[in-house]
Amino acid sequence: MKKYNSSRVLATGRIKRLVEHLYAKTPEIESARAVLLTDSYKQTEHEPLIIRRAKAFAHVLKNIPITIRPDELVVGSSTVAPRGSQTFPEFSFEWLEAEFDTLHTREADPFYISEQVKQELKEAYKYWKGKTTSELATSYMAPETLTAMAHNIFTVGNYFYNGVGHITVKYEKVLAIGYEGIIAEAKAELNKCGLGDADYATKSHFLEAVIISCQAAILYANRYAELAEKMATECRDAARKGELLQIAANCRKVPAKGATSFYEACQSFWFVQQLIQIESNGHSISPGRFDQYMYPYYKADLDAGKITREEAQELIDCIWVKFNDLSKCRDAESAKGFAGYGVFQNLIVGGQNAQGQDVTNDLSFMCIEASFHVFLPQPSLSIRVWNGSPYDLLIRAAELTRTGIGLPAYYNDEVIIPALMSRGVVLEDARNYNIIGCVEPQVSGKTNGWHDAAFYNMCRPLELVFSRGVDCGEQIGPRTPDVESMKTFEEFVDAYKTQMDYFIRLMVNADNAIDQAHAERMPLPFLASMVDDCIKRGKTCEQGGSVYNFTGPQGFGIANVADSLFAIKKLVFEEKKVSMAEYKKALMFNYGQEVSPLIVAQIAGQVARQMTEKGLKPTSDAVSKVTQNIIREAVTTEDKKKFEQLLSMIEEVDKFGNDEEEVDLLAREAAYTYTKPLLQYRNPRGGMFHAGLYPVSANVPLGAQTGATPDGRLAGVPVADGVSPSAGKDINGPTAAANSVSKLDHGIASNGTLYNQKFHPSALSGEKGLDNFVNMIRSYFDRKGSHVQFNVVSRDTLLDAQKHPENYKHLVVRVAGYSALFTTLSKSLQDDIIRRTEQGF
Amino acid sequence: MEDILKTKGRIFDIQRYSIHDGDGIRTIVFLKGCVLRCRWCCNPESQEYDIQTMLVEGKPKVIGRDVTVEEVMQTVEKDRDYYRRSGGGLTLSGGESLCQPKFAKALLMAAKAKGITTAMESMGCAPYEVIDSILPYLDTYLMDIKHIDPIKHKEFTGKSNELMLENARKIAASGQTRLVIRVPVIPGFNDTPEEIKGIAQFADKLPGVKKIHLLPYHRLGQDKYDGLGREYLMKDVLPPEPEHMNMLKKVVEQVSRLTCQIGG
Repeated sequence: MKKYNSSRVLATGRIKRLVEHLYAKTPEIESARAVLLTDSYKQTEHEPLIIRRAKAFAHVLKNIPITIRPDELVVGSSTVAPRGSQTFPEFSFEWLEAEFDTLHTREADPFYISEQVKQELKEAYKYWKGKTTSELATSYMAPETLTAMAHNIFTVGNYFYNGVGHITVKYEKVLAIGYEGIIAEAKAELNKCGLGDADYATKSHFLEAVIISCQAAILYANRYAELAEKMATECRDAARKGELLQIAANCRKVPAKGATSFYEACQSFWFVQQLIQIESNGHSISPGRFDQYMYPYYKADLDAGKITREEAQELIDCIWVKFNDLSKCRDAESAKGFAGYGVFQNLIVGGQNAQGQDVTNDLSFMCIEASFHVFLPQPSLSIRVWNGSPYDLLIRAAELTRTGIGLPAYYNDEVIIPALMSRGVVLEDARNYNIIGCVEPQVSGKTNGWHDAAFYNMCRPLELVFSRGVDCGEQIGPRTPDVESMKTFEEFVDAYKTQMDYFIRLMVNADNAIDQAHAERMPLPFLASMVDDCIKRGKTCEQGGSVYNFTGPQGFGIANVADSLFAIKKLVFEEKKVSMAEYKKALMFNYGQEVSPLIVAQIAGQVARQMTEKGLKPTSDAVSKVTQNIIREAVTTEDKKKFEQLLSMIEEVDKFGNDEEEVDLLAREAAYTYTKPLLQYRNPRGGMFHAGLYPVSANVPLGAQTGATPDGRLAGVPVADGVSPSAGKDINGPTAAANSVSKLDHGIASNGTLYNQKFHPSALSGEKGLDNFVNMIRSYFDRKGSHVQFNVVSRDTLLDAQKHPENYKHLVVRVAGYSALFTTLSKSLQDDIIRRTEQGF
Repeated sequence: MEDILKTKGRIFDIQRYSIHDGDGIRTIVFLKGCVLRCRWCCNPESQEYDIQTMLVEGKPKVIGRDVTVEEVMQTVEKDRDYYRRSGGGLTLSGGESLCQPKFAKALLMAAKAKGITTAMESMGCAPYEVIDSILPYLDTYLMDIKHIDPIKHKEFTGKSNELMLENARKIAASGQTRLVIRVPVIPGFNDTPEEIKGIAQFADKLPGVKKIHLLPYHRLGQDKYDGLGREYLMKDVLPPEPEHMNMLKKVVEQVSRLTCQIGG
């Protein structure tokens, strides 16, 4: 007999209505949290900080407007309007105030904000000047670090402007004992504190703060109970009235006490998930192994005949909708990097237990089913794959992939478990890993991983090798040797490593400054109540209370660096077809192509620098005149021809992503220039740094800040994403690309790697297509790839490409073994392909 | 083995992650040169044995290169992990692989020697001795049968079909390989129920044959004719409707005990 029931269940009409209601309007900014928080802070001016944080949290939960949306079965909304955003001025507020008037019209993630809300927030923000984490963090950073950030070598914007988040708490603990149980635990620990203990002051106040925060959560749920009761008395629809009374009963019981039914467990889970995101605005609050900790409640109800599979599915679907009700207003730049309003709540199914047995269960399948039903980006659904994963589970996951939703992401236990162990995680904990945010593995309920700590653009140090550390006329990096004097490829690589090492050190400096600022100004007692071993240690996560502590900043642009190094190796040093001087000039002038503002800024910077060196005053008029002259005259017709020749020579050189050994091994070395140096650094919480290799969607905006690179990439074009080959450069099909990617060392990037593969749906058609697809993932994982996700071109994409060919110049379709650029085909051929996409043959 | 690996032949493409021509994930090696000139051919660059230049997206591209078995096998072996997981392997296609019998045989032998499963897409248009010599190294024979009527066959492909049908019987009788029949369904040529019925009944009589594939006509090779400076004679022919394909599938199932699938 199978250990699980994998049968499918239909979505109910309720789910469709919930989704429609959620997406009826543009999300709004609301002021309640910021105003209440500020009020509370003003009233607790002379109390210990941790108590102030707890009291502010309690004040918010006692007074923030609450709502129960039509048709909801699981309740708890942070904003009255669907998908709204509260604001968090204690972390930063200046950017938001500056962007008030453009929020509604901006391209990425627009938000509506009323004039009244603007006024209320402006008033509240007055209090916060000089008191935020971002201001304290800035004051802790070294001047050269600030310079490097100003020059876009890396960005630490995530935690600089916001809470940290990126955590999975012990949901199972709240489900089992409720916040009353946690309060009892904190009280017991408090009783053990002796007045003479060295940490009495901090620990006792911390525990008091935990108690205040947990009491606030209980009170908040009771407010929902009252609201539901009130709505029930006014409700004329008998069915809905019954639902509201059940909601009220649930909210009276949980999360105060342990859940005694699956429905209560769902409600309790949701309050935990939502309230963490009211205490702080750190994103990637990841539910982790939902199918595991919810299962006992489901199984008990099912066995007792208290719930049907269909009813349980509807509750799960309701939670899936709620994940999308939580949104976050980011600054305009960050919004581009994290486009899509998502708060990256990563939920993972399948995989092994602490003893190494596969624990796929009914809920693993029902979670995938929920993503079919709701068909929204949240939660970020993930699936753990290992040699013991059931075939059924992978096939069901592949069916979801085939829809084009981009979910689930697939993770390889066989790489991730040893990688975590190499970072000091014990075997049983490592087997119980889940994924945070995008791709970051960690141990749930025990880790403050500081994943996503920075975006480090590996292409920028490469630019600096050519300019000897000068950017826009300013010496921001080491003065490495002149490339024109280099006799060997090794000298070039050494110079790159020197630039990399220097800026990695500065990035660590920036991260640690921010880390320190969070510890000092923004301890989070509510969060700490659900993370081991905070209560025992008497510290919040920010202060080092969790069992495992890491900092995981991510590097990206590996494919560009690899292809660049390989082109230089071949063309300059081995074949001697082009000189370094020619290459340098080609890069400076963007291979004779468009003179982008990036180029102008670089040249103007150099002009100003040279004028200063000559004792001239670099007025903007004078600089602009000389710059324009250079741009007009420096590139001759002959140069242009040479640049074009160079571009076509580069085109001919092998690229990463085609299963070619030499360039792939160079890519491996290129990744090491980021992953290895990081390992020597430590953070203020006593944890180590380790690398991630993934970009979220920052490869686009940060690519816009990157000049031309030696791989033929023009200035401003997006850099490669994650560990994927450069767009359009992998031309030997999915197995060749996957083989190249698997030649990188994924284990050393223990904060996660990201590999995006693009597929045409015909490759997944029928049972055979799914089978081959699953086997392809298996084989990539046999070769020690860590993560893969798929972008399946949908029918809608193809239709849009017909209408707007200019946006789809690189869209490759592959039908019946024939690959072509979609937009170059005639209309009738395109129609054929669209038809085939629908039919799947 | 040394000799086998050094054997030379002419190919025009190697395509990895092919999932429509045989079991599992496969690597297809396309051999250049063909005996037929099918009007609908989606690989017109495969027909001539000579190395040609074809315009691809406006740029001239040399089609065809001479390689050794060893060189081909280096690429084929790169996806060994995928074959193992999926039950895939090497597929020879073309062109007609049997136009280069020594090379085709050497490729299949090399693959088998390395534990890789083999398949071949072919019309079987060669003396049976040639086919017989390679059968011991071939796991799956994907054999095209385009029409039962010799006259119509000749009109649309340039050759009559007697030899091919005779070879099909012999291959099936040999019991040395798993024979799968494939029918390109071409509107105006063989897409009536009667014509498909004829092929199905023929295939049904072949001992050991269990499967038949109906491959709907597609026009995706059309641009290549322009690229070769040739005229595409089937410009106005539309691919068969899915309902029509399903109807033909039913016909096959009514007149034979074969398992019929649409597409490869």
